[in-house]
Amino acid sequence: MANIGDVTDLDFDARVLQSETPVLVDFWAEWCVPCHMVSPVVEEIGRDKGEAMHVAKLNIDENPEMTRRYGVMSIPTLIVFRGGEPVARMVGARGKDALLREIDPALVA
Amino acid sequence: MGRVVVEERNVVIIGSGPAGYTAALYAARANLRPLVLKGIEAGGQLMLTTEVENYPGFADGIMGPELMDQMEKQASRFDADLVHQEATRVDFSSRPFGIWVGDQEYRAKTVIIATGATARWLGVPGEAKLRGRGVSACATCDGFFFRDRELVVVGGGDSAMEEATFLTKFASKVTIVHRRAEFRASKIMQVRALKNPKIEVIWRSTVQGILGEEGVTGVRLRNVETDDVTDFPTDGVFMAIGHDPNTKLFQGQLELDDQGYVVVQEPTAKTSVPGVFAAGDVTDRTYRQAVTAAGQGCKAAIDAERFLEAEAHG
Repeated sequence: MANIGDVTDLDFDARVLQSETPVLVDFWAEWCVPCHMVSPVVEEIGRDKGEAMHVAKLNIDENPEMTRRYGVMSIPTLIVFRGGEPVARMVGARGKDALLREIDPALVA
Repeated sequence: MGRVVVEERNVVIIGSGPAGYTAALYAARANLRPLVLKGIEAGGQLMLTTEVENYPGFADGIMGPELMDQMEKQASRFDADLVHQEATRVDFSSRPFGIWVGDQEYRAKTVIIATGATARWLGVPGEAKLRGRGVSACATCDGFFFRDRELVVVGGGDSAMEEATFLTKFASKVTIVHRRAEFRASKIMQVRALKNPKIEVIWRSTVQGILGEEGVTGVRLRNVETDDVTDFPTDGVFMAIGHDPNTKLFQGQLELDDQGYVVVQEPTAKTSVPGVFAAGDVTDRTYRQAVTAAGQGCKAAIDAERFLEAEAHG
């Protein structure tokens, strides 16, 4: 299962930045309509990717520190972290194919 | 490998705003069992609005997402299949028409295009880089991030007034930048914005660029009369400069006008391809209202029903 659930300000370092596996973080909020559109797509991508990439969700209302650190000012924002660094960033709801076009290149060296 | 059997539908509706859902409602009640490909932006532009005060039948107004939820439920009450898929390719060159979602293929006797329109971007330097870092086209999505900050709204129509007014809930000051000396927004929306003490207006100016590296620090403005260029400090920029029709999928498949809108043979919803109909903002550069889109969706479904009847008896 490549969907690793919710990450927070407190465990972001351990579960995302220190992760051996690349992690796609879905910055979202309950009140954000486009976030609810993109979440099922992101979860599906997580299932497809298996162990090649983990997918996590970060609630921006509850985790202002990481939201601010990565300059997130629109949601949904999706960021792929690899080796502790953000390597791809997608803003706004998009279809699966459009997301994979940006995610896939970020997973290879 | 055996041939995959593809079910042929009477009607496939592409899109799920007021036009798509109304077409679905009418087609379903006519026993056509429509398939609705809702798309990634299911519910359409109204999902990104707050209160809708001008949809008839709701005397006290209704929230945009709630209205769309009701429309979807109403279509689902009858025999309509609504799926959360986005059409990625169509073929209108032969019948039955082909519609694809990735590798999945649908065949349809008739198609109703209701893909709507999407907010336009300025296309100026800095905009793409700072999108999601202070540049936005959705106040209801992103206003939250700008508590006690100063914002710019670009535009002069109803959506600019609505966004500016909404953003004053969060921002300390909102400046509307408009290229003309007057707004084209409806009177009631203008008055509401202009009497708001947090809203100011910079007239006759265009945005030439968006400034900042990691976040927005300002906008570069050009006065269209004097050609003076100035930098105006701001923490965020919201676009409300109109919409473009979502017709990339249909290029080369049917007649589009010079701005990309689907051409329909008014007063019908017929397009240049017999059996393909279109409704809502994807056809409409003039009215662009939820209620006109719904009306067009109704026409498209009735046109499709009559087309199918004529063929059956032909």
